[in-house]
Amino acid sequence: MQRIRLRYTKRGRLRFTSHRDFQRAFERALRRAEVPMAYSAGFTPHPKVSYANAAPTGTGSEAEYLEIQLAEVREVGQLRKLLDESLPDGLDITDAVEARTSSFAERLEASVWELRLDGVEPADAERAVAAFLAAEQVDVQRRTKNGLRTFDARGAVIRLEARDAAADRPGDGPCAILRLVVRHATPAVRPDDVLSGLRATADLAPPVPAAVTRLAQGLLDEESGTVTDPLAPDRDAAPAFPTTAAGPSPAGGAQVPEGSA
Amino acid sequence: MPVESVFPRLEALLPHVQKPIQYVGGELNSTVKPWDECDVRWALMYPDAYEVGLPNQGVMILYEVLNEREGVLAERTYSVWPDLEDLMREHKVPQFTVDSHRPVKAFDVFGLSFSTELGYTNMLTALDLAGIPLESKDRTMDDPIVLAGGHAAFNPEPIADFIDCAVIGDGEQAVLEITEIIRAWKAEGRPGGREELLFRLAKTGGVYVPAFYDVEYLPDGRIGRVVPNKSGVPWRVSKHTVMDLDEWPYPKQPLVPLAETVHERMSVEIFRGCTRGCRFCQAGMITRPVRERSITGIGEMVEKGLKATGFEEVGLLSLSSADHTEIGDIAKGLADRYEEDKIGLSLPSTRVDAFNVDLANELTRNGRRSGLTFAPEGGSERMRKVINKMVSEEDLIRTVSTAYGNGWRQVKLYFMCGLPTETDEDVLQIGDMAVNVIAKGREVSGSNDIRCTVSIGGFVPKPHTPFQWAPQLSAEETDARLEKLRDKIRGDKKYGRSIGFRYHDGKPGIVEGLLSRGDRRIGSVIRAVYEDGGRFDGWREHFSYDRWMKCAEATLPGQGVDVAWYTTRERTYEEVLPWDHLDSGLDKDWLWEDWQDALDETEVEDCRWTPCFDCGVCPQMDTSIQIGPTGKKLLPLSVVK
Repeated sequence: MQRIRLRYTKRGRLRFTSHRDFQRAFERALRRAEVPMAYSAGFTPHPKVSYANAAPTGTGSEAEYLEIQLAEVREVGQLRKLLDESLPDGLDITDAVEARTSSFAERLEASVWELRLDGVEPADAERAVAAFLAAEQVDVQRRTKNGLRTFDARGAVIRLEARDAAADRPGDGPCAILRLVVRHATPAVRPDDVLSGLRATADLAPPVPAAVTRLAQGLLDEESGTVTDPLAPDRDAAPAFPTTAAGPSPAGGAQVPEGSA
Repeated sequence: MPVESVFPRLEALLPHVQKPIQYVGGELNSTVKPWDECDVRWALMYPDAYEVGLPNQGVMILYEVLNEREGVLAERTYSVWPDLEDLMREHKVPQFTVDSHRPVKAFDVFGLSFSTELGYTNMLTALDLAGIPLESKDRTMDDPIVLAGGHAAFNPEPIADFIDCAVIGDGEQAVLEITEIIRAWKAEGRPGGREELLFRLAKTGGVYVPAFYDVEYLPDGRIGRVVPNKSGVPWRVSKHTVMDLDEWPYPKQPLVPLAETVHERMSVEIFRGCTRGCRFCQAGMITRPVRERSITGIGEMVEKGLKATGFEEVGLLSLSSADHTEIGDIAKGLADRYEEDKIGLSLPSTRVDAFNVDLANELTRNGRRSGLTFAPEGGSERMRKVINKMVSEEDLIRTVSTAYGNGWRQVKLYFMCGLPTETDEDVLQIGDMAVNVIAKGREVSGSNDIRCTVSIGGFVPKPHTPFQWAPQLSAEETDARLEKLRDKIRGDKKYGRSIGFRYHDGKPGIVEGLLSRGDRRIGSVIRAVYEDGGRFDGWREHFSYDRWMKCAEATLPGQGVDVAWYTTRERTYEEVLPWDHLDSGLDKDWLWEDWQDALDETEVEDCRWTPCFDCGVCPQMDTSIQIGPTGKKLLPLSVVK
């Protein structure tokens, strides 16, 4: 039984794919690519796929992870390529390793997010970030299945920085970029919770919805506030069985995600 | 002229709406062709929500047929939910295609496929959002040609004000013919404007342009005659019929949505048309003759389609799938071929008398035996003679006892209420039938853990059927009859708890009836309902009977007719029906005789295995029945691993 861990993206318009939508699309891609999946026992067998920590619908991601179990051994790089070709553009498989370690899900300790705030002056964003970081606790509310919930959005935030968007971006008007490192906790603090926190502490109210992208997930180095590649331990443990990484789009090749700006 | 994508503006709205994925496109096997390299551009719409519209085979087929042509592009658009509609109006985002998010107004043709009349208000929403004038007479050279197709288009009169033209019958060849006419007209520099283009289309005899016909009314409200108002326009417009389905193996690359939709399967149409002759069934009447796809053609489509999609279920579609001459070999062949791959097979429409347990076993080899569905339609033997659905109660009991004996635990039975000549007694016999089914089921299975679900809805008389003259049962009478049946079933102490009862109340059927057999005067009602906020009339949570009645009362009185006149009134032989000038091939006198036979409780056989009954279609349309057996077999493919 071979287990393979995959890193995948939700890019561009396909960031509106919900997790359920992705699951269906992925299982169809497995069939199209004729991947020899292991199936669960029982009356309606399901291919063995475990998903970890999916990004919310509407946010882009460069670093989603899942694990599949195969009934026959396959070359990992080849499998990654086949699966990537079977998925619609935007849902791209950018990395694959054979699982050689346990407790993968526990290695997803933190996420690095980028939030693009169109129409927000970078200086305003910087002021709001400073106010947010200065607070000990920032209570925010979010509607959940169990009604409106109030929780602290500050404690899980390891790093938060604001900068001006690059000059070559499309469109005009001001635009601030936030970079956020947040620890995975319960309840999960999501980028929109941090935005709620910025509104609560400093009245920061972006005129249009923020474009949010997860850049990385992995082990958190508390001191430096960086997040390291969660597939690295498998890669290090594995015998030489080279896996080709890199997807077609610019960010796809980032094998070792950086944790800080 | 470059046409900009509205996506950047739409994208800003998407975080605020439910299920945004349905608006972004990018489905597997979707096609985006370069705008400027195409000279004829179609926007195809299924006027319902994406989750219903995307799996629609008609739109999928035409999308592919058009996109395969050089210089032609087709993109899809669906009804947006009210949450997005409000935002689009606020932010001035027009109706868009999901493929490249171009405004619908920029296309040459805006083609809508109507499976049901309940999509008419959604058409008006889409036109308005697109910035296209609601009525044909107000459109200019800046607007696309608005074209209606689908089964409801066999009576396009209620939407005659809103569409520029309609096509009845199979669309595969028709869209290509229309494309060529538009291409030539554009290449000549659009001489004579829209009117000239519509005239060129009308002259073919296969495109109906309502504006070229005047309807004259009699003092009593009936139609006097429908007459062309322009020389060269034919008196009647013919339906289109594709012969040899094997030459049209579409869709070859079925669309695979990211969003969840109502049918998540690879569908193959195994034959088109049906000559069983059920008198209530519009589909069976207007799609004649029967044309089978060959067993080998089906096998190829399934193989390529599964490769292209990764679906785990294959649906073998038709109006009565077990009637395919080689259905046994098809089912066994496919079950053999995909046994390892965990692919399920389904036959959505199966007649009781064509069912056999070998077939059912093949279909469930890879799936569970949860439920079987049959549609006796009428509760009494007498009723089933009237509707010409000759399924005897013995057939049904034999079939279900085989099913229960072979491990099935649930049987669903579909019926209609309000069929012509029906009495309370006919409907109450449905209760007896369900009891007999359960009694037999308990006996053969030796278990009390079996169920039978009775599902029943109001009958709506449809154009181009023998029941086009019939009075529709009022909503109140329908509801009263259904209540009596419910009480009878619930009151049965011994079997009642094993029988489920599901019904649709009579009100939506009255609106459907109004739209089905309506004429041009109904257009004002549809517009009033739309302007009053009517949307998604096929959805219980959006449909408002009271709104429809209120709008009908407000707009119809000046015209001497009302809702009852259109629905519960029986028509006579002499009456000119609103759709008489649309030729489905069926001979009106044959339909009338069949209506009389219905009233006499006389049955008519199927012309596939008895001599012709002169319904008129084959000689009128120059077509013929195409059925097997071909004698060929479906071999399992050697799977390359």
